Amino acid sequence: MVELTLPKNSRVVVGKTWPKPEGATNLRTFKIYRYDPDSGSNPRVDTYFVDLDTCGPMILDALIKIKNEIDPTLTFRRSCREGICGSCAMNIDGINTLACIYGLDDVDGDVKIYPLPHMPVVKDLIPDLTHFYAQHASIMPWLETKTNRPAKEWRQSIEDRKKLDGLYECVMCASCSTSCPSYWWNGDRYLGPAALLHAYRWIIDSRDEATGERLDELEDPFKLYRCHTIMNCARTCPKGLNPAKAIAEIKKMMVERKM
Amino acid sequence: MSYKTDRARVSGLGSAKDGTHHFWNQRLTSVALIPLTVLFVIPLAYNLGGDHARVVEAYSHPFNALVAVLFLVTGFLHLQQGLQVVIEDYVHGPALRTALIVGNTLFCWLFGLTGVFAVAKIAFGA
Repeated sequence: MVELTLPKNSRVVVGKTWPKPEGATNLRTFKIYRYDPDSGSNPRVDTYFVDLDTCGPMILDALIKIKNEIDPTLTFRRSCREGICGSCAMNIDGINTLACIYGLDDVDGDVKIYPLPHMPVVKDLIPDLTHFYAQHASIMPWLETKTNRPAKEWRQSIEDRKKLDGLYECVMCASCSTSCPSYWWNGDRYLGPAALLHAYRWIIDSRDEATGERLDELEDPFKLYRCHTIMNCARTCPKGLNPAKAIAEIKKMMVERKM
Repeated sequence: MSYKTDRARVSGLGSAKDGTHHFWNQRLTSVALIPLTVLFVIPLAYNLGGDHARVVEAYSHPFNALVAVLFLVTGFLHLQQGLQVVIEDYVHGPALRTALIVGNTLFCWLFGLTGVFAVAKIAFGA
């Protein structure tokens, strides 16, 4: 059955309050989820104070400042710091988003930061995305063709290329899938919004010759039809994409080929 | 403990090659229920509180009887499909899930057909 409470060893407890930086006047409070698998203790929420006068404008700037100046053990993923690598996805102020493109001024009051929901936690703000990536691999995220390879490139009209807009921009940060209740309850079998958005990206690619096989693979009560248009995916996507619409388009194609 | 690869875990037992039928039928029955509910409720509300003879007379009319039968069949079909999705969403133990899905189907058929039988009995005046 669905578990509505956390298992005993996952319950979050109050953690350490770190000292305020000396001489700072413009302080912001950060409450950050901490979990160390080696300690054997429950996860906790630590409190940090960051001097905004010497900090960049984004959530990620504050996290890096905390790591550099207050607590070097704070662990999180980050890379490009401009919303293109998808590494720093986390739950900030109750919404899954990218820390690097989410402004400190987007949050009222204390800044609460947790790892992406309902994923196994490796450490602190780092979720285990192994299954999520394997699901992406399962939708064959590449061009499948049967015709002999053309002498130059596979041609695509401007109109057909336009159909990929709003899909190709996905950076696989997992914000959408981990915001989806259907994915929380049935993520083992339901592919989730991110993988399905990528599936649709290849289904409607005019150059792809495996549309039927792709639809065959998705024709399943769990892989595809666990989507109940809850729309959390579209609301949370830090890139402003709409995975729910992509899923609806796949469902429409499923019906269309039966008529 | 299992050394199954992540990719194999995702594939599981593969695609069921099914699901669209259920999805589409659920949409069709929900749309059909909009006019059917209105048409079903009008004679029901009109005769509510009336005596036995009046109700029997109302449902002896072929139109009312047919609407009632269509409403019951579509309604219970929709209920069965909807509840099955809820069970699949929230119940994960395979034994309990199978039992609930079968039970749900039997329940809906039983009550749906009982309703149809009741309307037919009135309509044919037996």
